Amino acid sequence: MSSDALVLGGGLVGAATAYGLAREGLSVTVLDEGDVAFRASRGNFGLVWVQSKGDGYPDYAIWTRRSADLWPSLDAMLKEETGVSTAYEKPGGLHFCLSEEELENRKALLARLHNVHGAANYGARLVDRQEVREMMPEIGPDVVGGTYCEHDGHASPLYLLRALHDGIKRRGGRIVADARAETIARDGEGYAVKTPSGTYRAGRVVLAAGLGNKALGKEVGLDLNIAPLKGQILVTERTKPRLNMPTHVVRQTGEGSIMIGDSHEDVGFDVSSSSDVMATLAARAIRMFPFVKDLRIVRSWAALRIMSPDGYPIYQQSETHPGVFSVNCHSGVTLAGSHALALAPMIAKGALGEELAAFSARRFDAPAN
Amino acid sequence: MNSYDVVVVGAGPAGMACATEASRAGLSTLVLDEQPRPGGQIYRDIEVSDPGRRALLGKDYGEGARIAEAFRASKAEYRSGAVVWNIDSEKRIDYSAGGRSHSVQAKSLVVATGAIERPTPMPGWTLPGVTTVGAVQILLKTSGIVFEDLVLVGSGPLLWLAATQMIAAGAPPKAIVETVPRSRYREAARHFAKALRGWRYLAKGFAMMRAVKKAGVPVHSDAADIAIEGEIAVTAVTFTSGGTRQRIETAHVALHQGVVPNQQITRLMNCKHRFDDSQRAFLPVVDESFETSIPGVYVAGDGAGIGGAKSAEMRGRLVAMRIAEKVGNRAGEAAKLRTELAKDAAVRPLLEALYAPAADVLAPADATMVCRCEEITAGQIREAVALGAPGPNQVKSFLRAGMGPCQGRMCGLAVSEIIAAAKGETPSTVDYYRIRPPLKPLLLSELAGLGAEEPREAAE
Amino acid sequence: MPQRIDGSGETVRFTFEGREVAARAGETLAAALIAAGETTTRDSVVSGAPRGPFCMMGVCYECLVEIDGVPNRQACMIVAEPGMTVNRQTADEVVA
Repeated sequence: MSSDALVLGGGLVGAATAYGLAREGLSVTVLDEGDVAFRASRGNFGLVWVQSKGDGYPDYAIWTRRSADLWPSLDAMLKEETGVSTAYEKPGGLHFCLSEEELENRKALLARLHNVHGAANYGARLVDRQEVREMMPEIGPDVVGGTYCEHDGHASPLYLLRALHDGIKRRGGRIVADARAETIARDGEGYAVKTPSGTYRAGRVVLAAGLGNKALGKEVGLDLNIAPLKGQILVTERTKPRLNMPTHVVRQTGEGSIMIGDSHEDVGFDVSSSSDVMATLAARAIRMFPFVKDLRIVRSWAALRIMSPDGYPIYQQSETHPGVFSVNCHSGVTLAGSHALALAPMIAKGALGEELAAFSARRFDAPAN
Repeated sequence: MNSYDVVVVGAGPAGMACATEASRAGLSTLVLDEQPRPGGQIYRDIEVSDPGRRALLGKDYGEGARIAEAFRASKAEYRSGAVVWNIDSEKRIDYSAGGRSHSVQAKSLVVATGAIERPTPMPGWTLPGVTTVGAVQILLKTSGIVFEDLVLVGSGPLLWLAATQMIAAGAPPKAIVETVPRSRYREAARHFAKALRGWRYLAKGFAMMRAVKKAGVPVHSDAADIAIEGEIAVTAVTFTSGGTRQRIETAHVALHQGVVPNQQITRLMNCKHRFDDSQRAFLPVVDESFETSIPGVYVAGDGAGIGGAKSAEMRGRLVAMRIAEKVGNRAGEAAKLRTELAKDAAVRPLLEALYAPAADVLAPADATMVCRCEEITAGQIREAVALGAPGPNQVKSFLRAGMGPCQGRMCGLAVSEIIAAAKGETPSTVDYYRIRPPLKPLLLSELAGLGAEEPREAAE
Repeated sequence: MPQRIDGSGETVRFTFEGREVAARAGETLAAALIAAGETTTRDSVVSGAPRGPFCMMGVCYECLVEIDGVPNRQACMIVAEPGMTVNRQTADEVVA
């Protein structure tokens, strides 16, 4: 079974990359896990989030912003090709602060980011207590202010995944379930990937197996220092439209559910006992939006984010195994635009662009400072 | 946080008997139950139903009074109206009662949450006026409510029991539409000799059928292609029986295709499950003392496989004996109970063969709604499989099936069956929805207040 | 119409959609509503189609009603109390 490219992993990262490769005209086979896979994708909060990304790491801010800018095209393509709406909206997004101290920290962060990227490119601005209330009338009295960014938006991670899978298939790609990649070996000019459901061959291989990349990377000379970081999300019953834009920890879905999560940037979040974490998330959500106290939680999700040592993505082509690329990141929804429409064309051409040089795994070789 | 030797979830026959036996053996025991009064569904309102109503519900219902009395007399603590919404791997139980959430720690956990009715997807099954047969029985037990035009649709002992209870209450069903195919009798016959050990059940079954006949209730056998009609509520049931299409006008239809273990807690805790071909349902894997794959977690009663109320009581006692024995307390004599339990189970293979779920319900037409909460049809599920979804969890994320407030209870088994058929596999390999907290929808304000009332003790 | 086979129990009165409904003390709202011939308790949040009590044991979430202004409450799990104001849960209350 041979194709131009094999993508190992059918979650948001793998599916977006595979869809992009298929758009580039490559024949693509996605080797997916079974029914209990996609933990990170299923647990994604659904933000297409630009603000505050890349503090101290301008390339990440640029890459994220690029993805947000590509999102409207990606959304339109998927809708046209598959009929599936990803529920993408770009009303801008708010990040709230619950104390003066938080607000001061936020101000400082904003200043740092502006100094590096410039205000125009970054697009976030400080909003005070009064303006926050004008923008979102449901906001609670404890919110002292926050930041607003017009480039922020949100989408349904689940519909996005479905649309990508559908899109891959419609472009002639194959998605094979219960085919978790076990080994990668050289095979003539290309590679052979062994799975429980057979061996697959291609000239290009993309490792997009989430935490599974660590073991796969070893087979192709990639030392990927990635680890899981647990995050939790609460979902309420449906309610009438109450929130006109997403915020960093609370958003309303197209169906009317309120989603409550821990923020993308709170990477140090400790998850020891799930009921207690759920209670903490609930308490914070009520402080931000008091009306949610009367809603019922119908589901909670714990998901594992894929974290590199510095929290930024790793994009890397293997030096020992040319043609084998590795994609490691969290924020699979935010970065879907870049993965499908910027990264995939690079992989199709056989080399990652200069703009991804900062995301090489080699940055961890020397002690960071 | 309070800690108990044994926490039992559910106060039906298994839960009550287990708690009684456990406290007798000197174990500190807490029973948490959602309902306002003990009894479970089978003995619902057993303590408060009036003597007249109790008489028409039958002798077996009356048995519940003895079990409830012993339970009340025991030292076991009992919290009614307590909705368990999470249990972690350390057996910390979070539950909601009186508008607040509380946590307790169990050394041993007994899941005695019994059975729920098998999903019965068919055209029109979401119309107001359509209920489960269990619902009809609950209305009779709790409120003495009967219907003049009730049509019972499906198969199983409960269908006949409900019919006889309605007859005794002076309101015979308008009709019984039975979905057992004729060929089934021949298939089931091979289990008959063994079932004779359980002759009391057989005798009760024949007596129920005689009572229905005597009351002149029309029985439409070998019915298939059932559809419930109506715009805003039920107006009629249509079906094919005896080679002709028939239509019965009614405002009340009760559906039944047997009961299946309520797996929510054992799934939440990631206990091992297996698909039982005879019961056509997922069962937690348990040992001979009903301990699951997670040490210290037991399933008493129908939750470990359908056995009925008598069996549930015995299994509850056996679980308590095993827990007591493990901690070195003096336990009752288990051997005799095991013999009785085996005898009681003799009739099950016959019943399971005869009353296996109808083919229509296992493989609904494309247009039939399967997930009632999110209104997902069988056809959409098949499309998701065609798109590559390997199982119920991917189908859930593609379609939102199972994401509504019932959390998959009303569709889960049907979804697994449909996916299995579409993939040419069995439910065993396809498996089931992953279950996550909260087990039942929980008010955010209540969740936020978790632990505020009872500060958690520092870890020892 | 459904009937009651015995006359036992005190009567508790509450309103449903503005109409007075008589329940027996200790019985659930759903049972009292069914006895009163009210089989529709909510509209589906997806299509708006009418729904009513199905399982009567707290499993199916079809009998959701609004009680004293609080939506999404299970009529089959809540005992009728005197003076409760119960309304059908309409789809637009939940999601537009």
